[in-house]
Amino acid sequence: MLSKIVRTVTNEFMLFILVFGFYIIAHGHLTPGGGFQGGAVIVSGVVMLLVAFNSQELKKTLHERALSIMESTGALIFIALAFAGIGAAFFYNFLVGTPIFGRIPATGPNPGDIWTGGVIPLMNFAVGLKVIAGLSAVVLAMALFSSGEEIEE
Amino acid sequence: MDHIPFNFPFLAAALLVGVSFYIIIFKKNLIKLIMGVAILAAGVNLFLVSLGFRAGGAAPIYTNVTEGPMVMPVPQALTLTSIVINVAVLALMLTMVIHIYRHTGSLDSEKSRKMKG
Amino acid sequence: MRKVVGLILLLVLVAFLVWGVLLIHPFGYPDASDMDDYIIQNAQEETGSNNVVTSVVFDYRGFDTLGEATILFTAVTGVLLLLRTEKRRKEGS
Repeated sequence: MLSKIVRTVTNEFMLFILVFGFYIIAHGHLTPGGGFQGGAVIVSGVVMLLVAFNSQELKKTLHERALSIMESTGALIFIALAFAGIGAAFFYNFLVGTPIFGRIPATGPNPGDIWTGGVIPLMNFAVGLKVIAGLSAVVLAMALFSSGEEIEE
Repeated sequence: MDHIPFNFPFLAAALLVGVSFYIIIFKKNLIKLIMGVAILAAGVNLFLVSLGFRAGGAAPIYTNVTEGPMVMPVPQALTLTSIVINVAVLALMLTMVIHIYRHTGSLDSEKSRKMKG
Repeated sequence: MRKVVGLILLLVLVAFLVWGVLLIHPFGYPDASDMDDYIIQNAQEETGSNNVVTSVVFDYRGFDTLGEATILFTAVTGVLLLLRTEKRRKEGS
């Protein structure tokens, strides 16, 4: 565990990293970004938490069961959205034209409108959830394995 | 051959792949082998992205873009998938190196070659 | 002996790479781009998003993204399976 200054600054920074990561995930259909890129930004924030605090301390906050449930939920939402338009095709974009996310932007260069995109923003959220939970679990397991050799009784 | 010189990105990708072949054939340390595979992944991703460039093109995003031709978007989508797959493969390789180090106590690939029992 | 065979293999592979770089199209002027021209023209009407790359990843080629999500899931499962720390019990139960 590092000194008190590092721990306090890390606690403050994690909020900004979370907001930045969710901004990249949510605006995936307007600016460069999307599910995978935003998920990688948030996982880098979790690695910063792992470096500042002990892995034993972090294990009390991020339970493995919660991470596993989050990852499975992301995968199931993705597959459910893929199967929902099965009337026409497998990955059919069935929300274009409906009032949920279905406005169609003007052709050519335009300032973006966030309520466009059809089924794409929902898929971005599902994939972002999956990437965050999966890579956080991998990093946490590697840190616990290499430092947990002294506590086996 | 009238278009020799300025294929610099393809030359850089070929150089990266060549260096990675040298590392994989001639080095014995396990961590160096993993680094060779990572350099190979970087070379292949660079080659894929530079296949779709159009001279004078802009990024293929319609939000506040200037007029003109656009770069081809399909190789960029394939590169995204390739990066994620390389991350998964590297994570599994590092896990196996951790286990080999615990069982045999050394990072030499010659010592962990013989199968026992 | 092993070094000689390795050196010959390396020279053959580097020869293939150099031959490939010399014969490829000039950088910036691709040859066949009919599919990408169609996607750039029609992505805003058919999918409704401004980002053409995201619409290719999730709508035109969504099946590849499904395969990639499966690979990520399988790799995470494999890593978590190999890195288990179990406390050994003192009694021999």
